[in-house]
Amino acid sequence: MKGRWKKDLPKVLEMKNITKVFPGVVANDKVNFDLEKGEIHVLLGENGAGKTTLMNILYGLYQATSGEIYFHGEKVDIKGPNDAINLGIGMVHQHFMLVENFTVTENIVLGSEPSKANGLYLDMETARNTVKEVSDNFGLKVDPNALIQDISVGLSQRVEILKTLHKGAEVLILDEPTAVLTPQEIDELGVILKNLTQEGKSIILITHKLKEVLSMSDRVTVIRRGKIVDTLKTKDTNIDQLAEMMVGRSVKLTSDKEDKTPGDVILFIENLVVKDTRKYDAVKSISFDVKAGEIFAVAGVDGNGQKELVEALTGLTKTVSGKVSLCGKDITGNKPKKVLEAGVGHIPEDRHKRGLILQNTLAENLILGYHYCPPFARKGVMNYAKINEHARTLISEYDVRTPNEYVTAGSLSGGNQQKAIIAREFYKDPVLLIASQPTRGLDVGAIEFVHNRLIEQRDNNKAVLLVSLELDEVMNLADRIAVIYQGEIMGIVEGKDATERQLGLMMAGASMEEAIEGGKADNENKIA
Amino acid sequence: MKTRLLNVWSVLKLPLVAILVGFVVGAFCIMLAGSNPLTAYAALLKGSLASLPSFGETLYKVTPILLTGLAAAIGFRCGLFNIGGEGQYVVAAIATVGVAWSFQGLPHFILVPILLITGALVGGVWGGIAGILKAKRGINEVITTIMLNWTALYLSNYLVRTLLNPSRLLDKLPSGHTVAVPEAARLMKLKVIIPAFGYSSAHTGIFIAIGVAVLMWFILFKTTLGYEIRAVGFNPTASEYGGISSAKNTFLAMFISGGLAGLAGAIQIMGLVYMVNQSPELPGYGFTGLCVALVGLSHPLGCIPAALLFGILDNGSRQMQLAGIPKEINAIISAVILVFVAGALLLKYINVYFEKKRGAGKPRFKEVREV
Repeated sequence: MKGRWKKDLPKVLEMKNITKVFPGVVANDKVNFDLEKGEIHVLLGENGAGKTTLMNILYGLYQATSGEIYFHGEKVDIKGPNDAINLGIGMVHQHFMLVENFTVTENIVLGSEPSKANGLYLDMETARNTVKEVSDNFGLKVDPNALIQDISVGLSQRVEILKTLHKGAEVLILDEPTAVLTPQEIDELGVILKNLTQEGKSIILITHKLKEVLSMSDRVTVIRRGKIVDTLKTKDTNIDQLAEMMVGRSVKLTSDKEDKTPGDVILFIENLVVKDTRKYDAVKSISFDVKAGEIFAVAGVDGNGQKELVEALTGLTKTVSGKVSLCGKDITGNKPKKVLEAGVGHIPEDRHKRGLILQNTLAENLILGYHYCPPFARKGVMNYAKINEHARTLISEYDVRTPNEYVTAGSLSGGNQQKAIIAREFYKDPVLLIASQPTRGLDVGAIEFVHNRLIEQRDNNKAVLLVSLELDEVMNLADRIAVIYQGEIMGIVEGKDATERQLGLMMAGASMEEAIEGGKADNENKIA
Repeated sequence: MKTRLLNVWSVLKLPLVAILVGFVVGAFCIMLAGSNPLTAYAALLKGSLASLPSFGETLYKVTPILLTGLAAAIGFRCGLFNIGGEGQYVVAAIATVGVAWSFQGLPHFILVPILLITGALVGGVWGGIAGILKAKRGINEVITTIMLNWTALYLSNYLVRTLLNPSRLLDKLPSGHTVAVPEAARLMKLKVIIPAFGYSSAHTGIFIAIGVAVLMWFILFKTTLGYEIRAVGFNPTASEYGGISSAKNTFLAMFISGGLAGLAGAIQIMGLVYMVNQSPELPGYGFTGLCVALVGLSHPLGCIPAALLFGILDNGSRQMQLAGIPKEINAIISAVILVFVAGALLLKYINVYFEKKRGAGKPRFKEVREV
């Protein structure tokens, strides 16, 4: 404690005129940011706007090129995370830093383990008690003896928060905390954060999700291209204003599409059965078809067989039984290469695992899947002049923000990586486009772009199969919606007739009839 | 242009700094041993580079390790750790002797290509076995190639004692080595072309090795095969998504890798030793090849200077011994270089791994700069 009087100052933290220059990029440009005691302050911005850089400076991971940081009114010099932790600043990273096969307790005390007999033994008893104490104090319930690998993502995040609290954090920085959570877990997190502020903690939340800003924060600072746009009280603003400030132009959060009569059946699936990696039936006898000129959406909560369905359609997983045909041709069990050659484009749900080879150049990634086809390769010899030219064309056409086509795909931001994948898949002009969570992790501007491209594909009389966890997205885009629950299709509804309530009930396992009745039936089963 | 130079530097600084550190640490060790490092290093250079004959001696040491280095490099590029360069070298060497003996009537310019192809094929098959096991059954190639190393050695020893022994083929007393390959199977010595090479045993194999390095560069970076091998090496799941068979490319990479190590065996027989000795231990070229590939950053052209470096250290040690410095110093220098290169590479991977965990999808400004 550095003098009691300083506690009365309303500002816990002030960052003044922070500038951070990376070679060729100004990531933060004279940024001012402050945090009041007991508030939740959102730092809102698109991917690559500089919000994480700013927080990394605060946490000591980067050093600012210029500018000052004041903590409780006193100028501080944060040289590394240890300095930050000593000051009482804790950070919960987007991707958890937990040891999977350690218990909750072991993870929380990691780095400051209590010991017995002069450091010879770990004193797990004391550790457990400390953990219990901390978790009771802040109302964060966890089982101290559970292994991290056995607990849910939401609980892991709780452990991360406890870890920072255990180290005595007074200011918590949470980097995109909701990216990995289900709607219910997001609500719980909201409650937890409120409780923490009542205990006198101050919280900085980094996010690009507008809804959360409105539901969780007291104040919001919008950052765009490294500069602060404005700091507002949350209650004085609204979603459209924030979106516009964040992107720099007005964005439409819903997209228009004209009515269109669908054409021939392109994709036909009959009684498809697929097992998951643990050999359980993940997809149980699914049948549906997708027609030319329509967007057919598969909605559902994550882990209900969507991944296996898409992987089976694209040949990445074996089908157990059933039939898949494309334009009347049987493609059941074909190798991925044959499926691609049959005219399927695929935007995979996991762009790092499936979509891109991060260590290869952007240009090389932009031909993945047709890298052996002319004009990019002839008789097995690649034509890099053509490949680079192709990359430049796609980069400008799809507005992929990159210094050039030679950088590694891994150096691009998430939104730009996704744009690159979309560019590559659209270039093939596929008869069927399978878009699996195409906007996952994207910010508002990029989402609008992806949605428009999907609609454009539909308007060009191509078939689009959209698999998405976001109900908003499904209802906004789809002509028909199938709801998947535990590997089965609960029903298929016309997009224009669908209501959020009905889809929500079906996503929780209600049949279509029940769901239509469901409006009055029960209120407890509500799915947001 | 300036950025391009910077890029080249950012890639090359790792091995260069490691080499520098290696020599500095070596210098300390030399001082500990009570000698002057400058004399020692002068002797090293004198013994390996100063005259054409001594340079020739370096070249013949470079030849096999350049090829096994390429073998390891292509494995690394596909995410494979082919530690079986030894075995692939050994089977190819013994096969070369056998085939050369069987076709000894053929003229030089027909026999030599036949033998080179034999060596590459036999080595390729030996590597390919591990490749198939990995591709089809997921058996770790480190285990299988190590096992195949010893299988190769004892198979070779058996053949040395029996089928290819002079006692069988020439009606001589049994001996610990095979018959020698016929004159027509032998590569030309450099001193025949350029007499100034003097006493050196350097042979035209070095040109084949350098040619193969260039060829491998072309295959890796300019062909669809190379594209696919590299893709599988970096990200097998994304490759699968892109219609690239990870199994096929794993096999192919192991086959090519084994083929290169096999070529090293064939060329060593044809250019230098002419016969295979019964041996209790593996020859070591495969292991040195792994070092060459690491220092050469798994780049086929980078393997050339890396192999030269190890050739210099090997060949120069004689002159250093004459100057009173233990030859173990050179082993220390190579080891330090390796530790630093491998350590730095390891750090880089750890870094990338943690960066991925920290913020997937976030711009990594640092990398933009490096590329």
